[in-house]
Amino acid sequence: MALQSLDIKNRSASTSRGPSARSTLEVAKLIDVSRCIGCKACQAACMEWNDLRGEVGVNEGLYTNPRDLDDQTWTLMRFYEEQIEGSLQWLILKDGCLHCSDPGCLKACPAPGAIVQYTNGIVDFHEESCIGCGYCISGCPFNIPRLRKEDAKVYKCTLCSDRVSVGLEPACIKTCPTGALHFGSKEDMLFQAQERLGDLRERGFAKAAVYDPAGVGGTHVVFVLPHGDRPEAYGLPKDPSVAPLVAIWRSGVARALGVITMFSVAVAGILHYMRHGPNQVPGEDGKEA
Amino acid sequence: MTNNWVDIKNADVVLVMGGNPAEAHPCGFKWVIEAKIKNKARLIVVDPRFTRTAAVADTFAQIRPGTDIAFLGGVIHYLLEKDKIQHEYVKAYTNAPFLLKEDYQFQEGLFSGYNAEKRSYDKASWGYELDKDGFAKVDMTMQDPRCVLQQMKRHYARYTPEVVEGVTGVKKDLFLKICETIATTAAPDRVMTNLYALGWTQHSVGSQNIRAMAMIQLLLGNMGMPGGGLNALRGHSNIQGLTDLGVMSHLLPGYIGLPTEAEPDLKTFLEKRTPKALRPNQMNFPQNTPKWFISLLKAWYGKAATKENDFGYDWLPKNDKPYDIMAAFELMYQGKMNGYFCQGFNPLASVPDKAKLLDGLSKLKYLVTIDPLPTETSSFWKNVGELNPVDPSKIQTEVFRLPSTCFAEEDGSLTNSGRWLQWHYKGAEPPGEARNDVDIMADLFLRVRALYAKEGGALPEPILNLSWPHLIPSQPKPEEIAREFNGKALADIPDPKDPTKFLAREGEQLATFAHLQADGTTACGNWIYCGSWTQAGNMMGRRDASDPTGLGVTPGWAWNWPVNRRILYNRASADPSGKPWDPKRKYLAWTGTKWAGADVPDMRPDAAPSEGVGPFIMTPEGVARLWAPAMTDGPFPEHYEPFETPLEKNPLSPKEPRALSNPAARVYKGDRERFGTAKEFPYVATTYRLTEHFHFWSKHTRISAVLQPEMFVEIGEGLAKEKGIRQGDQVLVRSKRGQIKAKALITKRIQTLQIQGKSVHTVGIPIHWGFEGLTKAGPLVNTLTPFVGDANIQTPEFKAFLVNVEKA
Amino acid sequence: MAEKSDLIVRHTPGERLSHWIVAVVFLFLFLSGLALFHPTFFWLSFLFGGGQFMRWLHPLAGVLLAVLFYQYASWVWADNKWLPADTEWRKHMTAYMRLETHSPEGTGKYNAGQKLMFWSMVPLIAVLLVTGIVLWQPWFAPYFPAWARRLAGILHAIAAFVMFVGIGIHWYAAYWTRGSIRAMVRGTVTRAWAQYHHPGWYREVAGKE
Repeated sequence: MALQSLDIKNRSASTSRGPSARSTLEVAKLIDVSRCIGCKACQAACMEWNDLRGEVGVNEGLYTNPRDLDDQTWTLMRFYEEQIEGSLQWLILKDGCLHCSDPGCLKACPAPGAIVQYTNGIVDFHEESCIGCGYCISGCPFNIPRLRKEDAKVYKCTLCSDRVSVGLEPACIKTCPTGALHFGSKEDMLFQAQERLGDLRERGFAKAAVYDPAGVGGTHVVFVLPHGDRPEAYGLPKDPSVAPLVAIWRSGVARALGVITMFSVAVAGILHYMRHGPNQVPGEDGKEA
Repeated sequence: MTNNWVDIKNADVVLVMGGNPAEAHPCGFKWVIEAKIKNKARLIVVDPRFTRTAAVADTFAQIRPGTDIAFLGGVIHYLLEKDKIQHEYVKAYTNAPFLLKEDYQFQEGLFSGYNAEKRSYDKASWGYELDKDGFAKVDMTMQDPRCVLQQMKRHYARYTPEVVEGVTGVKKDLFLKICETIATTAAPDRVMTNLYALGWTQHSVGSQNIRAMAMIQLLLGNMGMPGGGLNALRGHSNIQGLTDLGVMSHLLPGYIGLPTEAEPDLKTFLEKRTPKALRPNQMNFPQNTPKWFISLLKAWYGKAATKENDFGYDWLPKNDKPYDIMAAFELMYQGKMNGYFCQGFNPLASVPDKAKLLDGLSKLKYLVTIDPLPTETSSFWKNVGELNPVDPSKIQTEVFRLPSTCFAEEDGSLTNSGRWLQWHYKGAEPPGEARNDVDIMADLFLRVRALYAKEGGALPEPILNLSWPHLIPSQPKPEEIAREFNGKALADIPDPKDPTKFLAREGEQLATFAHLQADGTTACGNWIYCGSWTQAGNMMGRRDASDPTGLGVTPGWAWNWPVNRRILYNRASADPSGKPWDPKRKYLAWTGTKWAGADVPDMRPDAAPSEGVGPFIMTPEGVARLWAPAMTDGPFPEHYEPFETPLEKNPLSPKEPRALSNPAARVYKGDRERFGTAKEFPYVATTYRLTEHFHFWSKHTRISAVLQPEMFVEIGEGLAKEKGIRQGDQVLVRSKRGQIKAKALITKRIQTLQIQGKSVHTVGIPIHWGFEGLTKAGPLVNTLTPFVGDANIQTPEFKAFLVNVEKA
Repeated sequence: MAEKSDLIVRHTPGERLSHWIVAVVFLFLFLSGLALFHPTFFWLSFLFGGGQFMRWLHPLAGVLLAVLFYQYASWVWADNKWLPADTEWRKHMTAYMRLETHSPEGTGKYNAGQKLMFWSMVPLIAVLLVTGIVLWQPWFAPYFPAWARRLAGILHAIAAFVMFVGIGIHWYAAYWTRGSIRAMVRGTVTRAWAQYHHPGWYREVAGKE
């Protein structure tokens, strides 16, 4: 694995804590929607770098092609036509994994090490450990991971962890022709994003905002949204968090309840037998029934 | 481009009209974004559709296809009426003060001198009034009613905002808001750039669309300015190189016109092609035409070209009539053309009216295609059901497919829109039997030459005398060809200023076209490329990206024609006294002894401002032309409806039926009958490219095929509702010439327009599909398009025609 | 060893075979489910050929269990109808557990405790089956929205634990009630056992002789 075990902060389904001796810069991808022209170069670059080749599909009356993320499409340009404050907006969003600080996928995963979170913030799937249960799909507040039928493994954007580990930017960033995509330390990206808000507000996007949702502890893919008050218009959840049901399911409380249940049944049986002994037909004591 | 891609970043206002750079030129579009971010530039998009460029624009206006001149004429009207022009610039640098002849007239859409039968103008009345020395008369107060500025005011007085709205569909308020933004750049310290592409050229008034914008840029003083100019975004990576090298039926390299039958000898040719200055003291640079032309003949015919034989002038073809692509297919259609070589071109998909093209190709004896990909043209004989309903048993054309290399499989130079010649290197070996185009042509040439040498024949000289100085004759190297284009001295060229020195010694590569001679002592394959491969080596391969002035000028990056000049007419970035108009954009200034600044001056370096040498050195006037008598279809751009229009009358000249559509555009016999009417075909269609694909190439690429897999048409919600068409439905689109099937993409981005009191729907038709390649097979869109082109250069009218749409 | 005439048949060979298959499948399902329920128990997957194979097998085994269980249930459906004696039994359940009393006179083939177990398993297994299908990758899960999958995950776990409690009681009761295991292994019980634990059923069997 390109990023070393030293850099693994969290590992799915593992009780041991990650090493903390080495400190790493937290990274982030900045998607400045106001500069994005929906050219899909990032989508093509993702396919090129990761050697993904989806099927040639059909047009369903949309610019979004393929229709949805899949195991061969880890990033996807989505197009939305919205009438906002009386003017038509063609909102274009580069969809893909946001690399949450509090990743619902990792929380939901039962397979040790199938999902790891690096200290730099990248959430990566290690498919060799994936058991194909798809819990990560249910765990993700953004509906990102996709299960491949052929091998029952789940795939998503790796933030090009292979490239990042050797000091390169992700393939999509390198390809973006308009500078809508940037990559660097999360601090820098947030700074740049804030700077962009000034320009956008001056242009009349009074509600421009940075999308870095606190509900999932912040993300390592952050957006500059000209209509920042309406992330749903871009297909982004307004206040995403790891779903309560998933949180409960994966909580220590649930595990404790499970263990206690099993334990209580066993203890109750033993106690009852100690107190009352066997239930047998009178007179048949010792006699094989 | 008068300017270049990087220079867009210097703009304060970017007007995108007649183009969609975010989709068709996404890499170059970065500079628009740069202008927005670093320069707070405002981006205005005017287009028949809300495109991906519009998605990042500050202002968008939806225009009816084919009404750009009405819109731009309205802008001219606004600028003149509100007096939002840069006076000093207009007075000194344009022909606004020039006096026109008294007999010039304009009435109901027709200029004086119209001949309806020939569909052309006698331009006698379009000239300037000349004084006794043959110079044009001027009125520097620009008050004379016959001066260009006053004529212009009169001409465009009809283009009021109300008229603009009624013709284009752009609401008056929005139009005025755009005018206001444009007008801000009349200030010397504000500049607008304009980006256009085939959205302007592919009209029967294509050249005049561009002219209209050029006039606006001149009125605003934006030509020659960093961040300004008139910028054609070329549609192929090397299409600029193609025109530069004269790969057009009427051109020789360097935009020298190909001789016609009316020019039987060199003397006549040079006399006709070498203009005389129309104002005193002007550079009138085309006066050097003999130097360029004779050097070209020397490059082609070498030692065989001598003064005695007019340097081989007789061996050049002389056009008897136009042979543009539509003319060629018309000849084929008439059975007058027997063989056709098709190199890097897919005309079955690219020329209008596919049914007519199929008919023409089927009449050929042979067709040779030279292409890296299996094009539809090379498979025109194949029956592909309704996508290509031909009967192969009835086609006798012999088709030869010669597989060639693609750009990544060869070394060479590409000339971009900004006129940069950038050398590139082979990235991979070509597959299979593919050979590069040069080798294929060389092999053919050598075989033909051997046949002529053996058998003789009619006029063998052009072939036998062609200079072929290549180390391996069957494989000319790109470097050899590049050196030939640059040119070299065939003898020692003495320096006229210092007889002890030489500009170049015999055999040396030339440094600049200023060293070219008209006496046969220099050879140059393309005068505008002279300087690209000098004695110092390959200038096109330079990769120094440093930008010392911060104005986006990188003199050490590649090489820019002409003479590494990055902005044309850059002398106009300074006022008549030689001081830059805008202190923020100090591009060029007169130092007291010479012109100096960020770029190579577009001016004689020692021409003091007091000499009054005009900055537009390529015109005999020395100034730019608001009035352009060289145009075939009128000295001022005038709105004409597309040949297929939803209107019955031209709203600007309702009383003149001959002025409904461009009265000077060529229409072949039989094609008029193939035009549809609004009654039968009520919707306006326009065709275009998508960012996911490049013409008909990238459908052979898996990734592009995945990103945009299947043919569709864009239909506004209004029309979809009327017709009961839902998202993703299969629809039938019909024009008078044919029909296609496609998926419906219903969108808010195309609104129903109100034109002359009626609702007009627009249908958007992307072009990228065909019956070869990896995408889902789809129709060739030229099945629908009309066989008519621009009056000046015959670019087909792909951007505005009529269709009907129904659920399939 | 008892005289042959002293033994009566309580479970047919088919019932016994089915029961033990269900038992083995349940054991697998419970342990593998535990591994999938919480990472703490993932080590259990090593008992079953690793996580991926176990994950693949779990839903298939679940369907097998449901099929066998409901088939079995159809066989014993009639015997699990609630009788007046069962209400009696239910009233004195605590005393019964303390061995202070034994099955009332009318107790049929199954006593009220067994019937409660039966009737709780019938819906529980249905819940597990349905929620399991919602979670089943890659065949069915993609057709359900995220909220449904999340809810199914929780319900599946809750149902599994409730079922475990039931099955735990079932195991203990079988061990506690001497003669029960033999009944399910060999198929027979003594007349005395039948008369003592299931007098109603015994009368019925004896009446037919």
